[in-house]
Amino acid sequence: MNIKVLGPGCPKCQQTERIVKEAVAEAGVAAVVEKVTDMLQIADYGVFGTPSVVVDGEVKCVGKIPTKEEVKKWLKH
Amino acid sequence: MTQECCASGKAIMILACSGGSNVGQIANQAAIELTEEAFGTMYCLAGIGGGLQGFIQSAKDVPVIAAIDGCAVGCARATLKRAGIDAFRHVVLTELGIEKNKNFRLNPEDVRRAKEAVRAACNGAGVAVFKPAAGGCCG
Repeated sequence: MNIKVLGPGCPKCQQTERIVKEAVAEAGVAAVVEKVTDMLQIADYGVFGTPSVVVDGEVKCVGKIPTKEEVKKWLKH
Repeated sequence: MTQECCASGKAIMILACSGGSNVGQIANQAAIELTEEAFGTMYCLAGIGGGLQGFIQSAKDVPVIAAIDGCAVGCARATLKRAGIDAFRHVVLTELGIEKNKNFRLNPEDVRRAKEAVRAACNGAGVAVFKPAAGGCCG
């Protein structure tokens, strides 16, 4: 599983990355978590804002910090 | 990196039908000017219509959508509904008394009225301080 956290590095983006990593660890899922900070790469996903989270190529949330429970649900599908 | 970037919870996504008539292009121009005036941020209705997943998810997650249709055909409305998005503020420019035609020399007064209608439709939705993803920090 590949998870990308899209965001240039502000506190909300950093918090999202932390939540995603914690969720992955707690779920015991084998996943690579990447932080994407390049604005051109972020734009390729067509997202309206950041932080955004992409799981295996699918944009799961845009412009908000997900809860850990939300992230864990995404890991199950 | 600034600490006041990213989603504010008060974002207004502006989607114009941008159709092939004066009212479609007035809708487009109104969306441009409202973005320039920092009322909201124009976004790509075509991306939603094309079923691009990042665009659809963005529209589902944004707090407020202002959809501007030039005429009663309602292409912007239909595009959103087809994508499963039912909650949006909606303005139809012909309902403001602007006559639909093929004159693309837009009347600035019509654009002003369109913008005023969008602002009224979004009344109470908050001020857009959200910045788009393609233009700097968190957009």
